[in-house]
Amino acid sequence: MSPHYLIKRLLMIVYTLFVVSLVVFAITQVLPADAAVMMLGENATAQALDALRQQMGLNDPVWMQYLHWLTGILHGDFGQSLRTGQPVGPVMFEALGRSLLLACLSIGLMLVLAIPLGVIAAMRRGRLTDMLVSLVSYAGVSLPEFVTATVAVLVVSDWLKWLPATGYVPLTENFLDGLAHLALPVCVISIILIAHVSRMVRSELVDVLHTDYIRAARLKGLSGSRVLFGHALRNALLPTITVVALDVGYLLGGIIVVEEIFAIPGIGRQLIVAIQTRDLPSIQAGVLLMAATYSIVNFAADLLYAWLDKRIQYG
Amino acid sequence: MVDLLKRLLRTPQGATGLILITLVFIVVAFGSWLAPRDPEAMSILARYKGPSMTFLLGTDQYGRDILSRLLIGARATVITAVVATLAGTLAGALIGTVSAYLGGRADEMIMRTIDAIMSIPNLLFALLIVNLLGSGSVNALVAVAVAFAPGMARITRSVALSIRKQDYVSAAIARGESSSYIILREMLPNVIAPIIVETTIRISFAVMLFATLSFLGLGAQPPATEWGLMISEARQYMHISAGILIWPSLAIAIVAVGFNLLGDGLRDALNPRTGG
Repeated sequence: MSPHYLIKRLLMIVYTLFVVSLVVFAITQVLPADAAVMMLGENATAQALDALRQQMGLNDPVWMQYLHWLTGILHGDFGQSLRTGQPVGPVMFEALGRSLLLACLSIGLMLVLAIPLGVIAAMRRGRLTDMLVSLVSYAGVSLPEFVTATVAVLVVSDWLKWLPATGYVPLTENFLDGLAHLALPVCVISIILIAHVSRMVRSELVDVLHTDYIRAARLKGLSGSRVLFGHALRNALLPTITVVALDVGYLLGGIIVVEEIFAIPGIGRQLIVAIQTRDLPSIQAGVLLMAATYSIVNFAADLLYAWLDKRIQYG
Repeated sequence: MVDLLKRLLRTPQGATGLILITLVFIVVAFGSWLAPRDPEAMSILARYKGPSMTFLLGTDQYGRDILSRLLIGARATVITAVVATLAGTLAGALIGTVSAYLGGRADEMIMRTIDAIMSIPNLLFALLIVNLLGSGSVNALVAVAVAFAPGMARITRSVALSIRKQDYVSAAIARGESSSYIILREMLPNVIAPIIVETTIRISFAVMLFATLSFLGLGAQPPATEWGLMISEARQYMHISAGILIWPSLAIAIVAVGFNLLGDGLRDALNPRTGG
């Protein structure tokens, strides 16, 4: 991998964040919300409102407001929440941390389950196991998170009373209780991912198993497991890296719903509250952070892919 | 067309998907005739009833017949999802084809911008747009369409790029045809097959996305009969009667599974390599 490619790829992330900042700023600009009224309340005097508007730069032309906002972010200042008056940055980063914990656990669970499921289905192609796996995966991709989450709360928390229904306990405070609170959300988020990725692994592996080099390895007299683990799986799993990275976009969307239902104070819940109360700086910061997370994960996936697959030479 | 249908019915996915979606569209078209009872009729005495001969799927928190509400609600959920996906597909296909036709720097610029927009999760993008336009079914439809367009543009472009190199496009350029003629008459018709497959699968996402928006209170508004909204309202009462929650969930799942299966079946049927 050449330094040239790395620089190009990093510039792409910068461009991505620039476009997202423009889109978010444009959408929030058009929103019929007067920041000054929101901060001072409906009963504020006209003079007080004018003074605050002047101070916040709301009377400046739009492009100046955008530049002002952008330079603030580049200095690590995301502005102040219109709802609480607190600086948005620290709140959002703390929330993002909780969401990332949720996301990483979900991806971990997905990898542990999806790859073996896909492999088993591919090895027993056309038999009952394969049909069962594909049936389950069709059901998995067809249930939105809010449905699985609600049903999971009903069955696991209300009927069986195995796990707490909602809430969040930091792992540093009480590790086991924290895990118990995370268990259901993690399962719910990973269902769609497991369904999607196991299907990908299956179809990739089926393709790879039909290639000439696998036939050659078989004819050489290698055992089935040597062929699978030594030759086939490695090549079948490579495209999965890209799929998982792209799925992170879907995962981040799912996290919004799941955090809302399970009352987890992550970035998704912050965003929902911000959207409902039209807290513009929080919306802007939240969307930017989500887009940044997605871009960085995809960048990392590209690097990992290139590192694992020596055939690829990025120019 | 008949040939395609035959090939579609040959795979188990295609056949199951086609049957499910046909049933769904029958319900969408004739739901109000099929509904055994008035979906709005409330009855204090008949709340939280389990399935019975009078109420085949039981009743909800206001004593309304769940089956009738599901049959009527199909229209809101399915039609919105289909129209939103088609609108998003059309916009995306146009952007993708134009980008592929232009090629070079313009193509690079358009595609990088599309990639950038796609770094905002679909659901979040839709939430932002609905928030901008105000809650409601029509606005949710627009939001889903806009959120889908970038993804469709990317897919169309990759298909269109391979077509751009075909001889018949070069021939049209050599004949001196206008850009719009080449894009609309030569390129778009040939990118259609893969797009149909993608669109079909995306309808299932749209059903889920639209239901999610309603669930979050930004899509269909009460007292409308919409599946996502039914689930959202059922959450408070699910401890009393699970049926209120289970039936609409199942309805969403059936529609989504149906479009997924149909999409996969179409992919096999339209693929010249696997088709017989």
